Amino acid sequence: MDSLVSKAGGWMALALLALVMAAAAADAPFAVHMGIVAAACLIALWATVSRADFDAIARGILKMPGDEGVYDDDPIRWGAIATLFWGTAGMAAGLYIALQLAFPALNLNLEYTTFGRLRPLHTSAVIFAFGGNALIATSFYVVQRTCRARLAFPALARFVFWGYQLFIVLAATGYLMGVTEAREYAEPEWYVDLWLTIVWVAYLAVFVGTIVKRREPHIYVANWFYLSFIITIAMLHIVNNLSMPASLFGSKSYAAFAGVQDALTQWWYGHNAVGFFLTAGFLAMMYYFVPKQAERPVYSYRLSIIHFWSLIFLYIWAGPHHLHYTALPDWAQTLGMVFSVMLWMPSWGGMINGLMTLNGAWDKIRTDPIIRMMVMALAFYGMSTFEGPMMSIKWVNSMSHYTDWTIGHVHSGALGWNGMITFASLYYLVPRLWGRPRLYSLRMVNWHFWLATVGIVFYAASMWVAGIMQGLMWREYGADGYLVYSFAESVAAMHPMYLIRAAGGALYLAGFVIMLVNVWATLAGKVRAEKPMTETPYNAAADRPLAPVPAE
Amino acid sequence: MAEQQRIDEATGTRTVGHEWDGIEELDTPMPRWWLWTFYLTIAWAAVYVVLYPAWPMVNSATRGVIGWSSRGQLEQELAADATRRAPVVNAIAASPIAELPARPELMQAAVQGGGAAFRVHCVQCHGSGGAGVQTLYPSLTDDDWLWGGDLDRIDYTITHGIRNPEHPATRTSLMPAFGRDAILDARQIADVVSHVRVISGQEKPSASSARGATLFEANCAVCHGANGEGGRQVGAPKLTDAIWLYGGDRASIAATVANPRNGVMPRWGERLDPVTIKMLAAYVYSLGGGERAPATVAAAQGQGADGQP
Repeated sequence: MDSLVSKAGGWMALALLALVMAAAAADAPFAVHMGIVAAACLIALWATVSRADFDAIARGILKMPGDEGVYDDDPIRWGAIATLFWGTAGMAAGLYIALQLAFPALNLNLEYTTFGRLRPLHTSAVIFAFGGNALIATSFYVVQRTCRARLAFPALARFVFWGYQLFIVLAATGYLMGVTEAREYAEPEWYVDLWLTIVWVAYLAVFVGTIVKRREPHIYVANWFYLSFIITIAMLHIVNNLSMPASLFGSKSYAAFAGVQDALTQWWYGHNAVGFFLTAGFLAMMYYFVPKQAERPVYSYRLSIIHFWSLIFLYIWAGPHHLHYTALPDWAQTLGMVFSVMLWMPSWGGMINGLMTLNGAWDKIRTDPIIRMMVMALAFYGMSTFEGPMMSIKWVNSMSHYTDWTIGHVHSGALGWNGMITFASLYYLVPRLWGRPRLYSLRMVNWHFWLATVGIVFYAASMWVAGIMQGLMWREYGADGYLVYSFAESVAAMHPMYLIRAAGGALYLAGFVIMLVNVWATLAGKVRAEKPMTETPYNAAADRPLAPVPAE
Repeated sequence: MAEQQRIDEATGTRTVGHEWDGIEELDTPMPRWWLWTFYLTIAWAAVYVVLYPAWPMVNSATRGVIGWSSRGQLEQELAADATRRAPVVNAIAASPIAELPARPELMQAAVQGGGAAFRVHCVQCHGSGGAGVQTLYPSLTDDDWLWGGDLDRIDYTITHGIRNPEHPATRTSLMPAFGRDAILDARQIADVVSHVRVISGQEKPSASSARGATLFEANCAVCHGANGEGGRQVGAPKLTDAIWLYGGDRASIAATVANPRNGVMPRWGERLDPVTIKMLAAYVYSLGGGERAPATVAAAQGQGADGQP
């Protein structure tokens, strides 16, 4: 009883503190944010004192099986749901801003719905909300199974989940209200950054705690990747967000760095957010779910060691390639470029290890749509990790920089690699987490696969054309030595490409909606009566072996 | 671990012997092509960082043995282009602007160069074709000029800008705020508007326009001319045609009389070199409304009272 009183008192005190902060706020968005924090504390307070069995209620609503006691899977089930929820929001926002570029009237002449505010909403929602929840959920799943240990610090694991959702809500509402540090992929302001730091350290504690508890002699390669992702993101997040708040009661802060140092810090962070969040973290997913789904051993242990260490060593230096031909000194640009080119093979090591794991099971590409998704994910991973080093070469970059080729590159990686491997992992996880015999429908997975693939092709192809067209128009000189086009003319020329891109995004989103239906039906316990993906019927009439001819 | 090693049937490769949740690892060697491509990129990087600026030292960085720098490359390219263009640029610089139309090949080069500069510096307000923006910035494609449409006057306007208070040579004038400063009351403004719409052929004469004509003569004619034909010395627009920068309907004209815009353009003389401005003038001149220099008038009157052409 005493502990209940002190817990409830703590939540009450935090809620009151947030309300005081809201009342003393220097600006309206800060007041709104403190109001959200107070509401979160009050919900936690109510959850504490009502003493209902929320786990049981959640199991009822989400139709989750009871905990069998071997592994702690509830936070993973919530994480799977959260991944799908935020994925819907993030991808819908992406489609909307793609349409805004084609039809500017969709900005609605309203500050909250302008491209400038919805764009970070899209990027953060897909990277950190969709991708982040997928990473946290799968890392908790993988680390328990490959360590044969129950999750360490179960309360802290739940704090990580809910704390991360609070971070997402604060970040997203902040963007809409115009609260931003104007640092790409790190837009949330100082107090949200501090909150994420706390959540992230808790995440590290849960993950490392579970590894320490392991009952296996070695740490599996997926866990190396997860651990490098968690540690490096912590370092990147803290250094990039060093700033001084203008007021402890306001949402504005000033960065610790200025000028080109600030730009370099920003892109050191931005590039390694790609490297450690979207590459290392998702490679960890690949290293568990591909061998599990293919039921094959990992292709090469040696390759996994060499490519892991070379990848994490080289990636961290490649950031300056985002600042070619700027005020950044030449020497830093050179290093950014050569490290990016050296990064090519270490990146491909993951692709080789993933694809070649199918050695002996290649037929599954024909019969298993989940394997097909994984193979496509690895193919796009390989393509974008070749494209990246190529674009980092200054000669290429002088044309591709600032064009939509960059956008196409990011999306072939994000949609093709991160999206596809996440979908495949969730398709693997959902029946197992909910104790179902199989997914509601494998044919719907196949539909999802094709819609997503065709969508990415539309997206990437249109952005290649758009980017190269922009790059060539901007540098087109007439016979007299003068520029031929104005900037606005290159914008007008982009219109058809923007339409094709939006169409590709719509296809990708349509595939995701099919996934939502499929997962929802699986959770409801339904199994669709459908023909299996392949059937090779036996034709007795065609089976006419030569009659043995007796030797003469 | 060794006792868990086995030969994988499908590939014939030995496993390492580790196992996690059913996942094993094969002991396949690293692919040769992968390893050698990796070595190759490292070797290439090692050469590149010797050739180009790369290693940060205490005070500066290594310069690279071939002595390349991005600023140096830019300077070289700019110098090469300047050399290539020098004959044309020098010819344009040496030729008085009014004589450009007489030398078609020079005029054509000037229009090309001016077009390029226009696309960088001017399109933001005047639009990519120079058609302006309704109710904000004037069109440069017609022959309705506020400050004069011959080459000399266009050149002067671009060089000195319009209504730059800190720049004495700028084109300047100030239409009084007849409404805001209570010079005329609302009814009087309505009467003036009636008169203006009569002389621009938008309304039939009325009692209101008759009263307005008197007011116009007393308040407006000094700049806009007795018949509303405009006055280029002070940038006063012609009121008798169908071209209205800030709108020609009753409400728009009334708003302009009550609270005039007195539009502003930056002076480019401090940001662009004289040849570029000359080329810009040639380009604007060529958009459709260019006027011949009024030779006789200019000879008789020389320059305006304030020294402006």
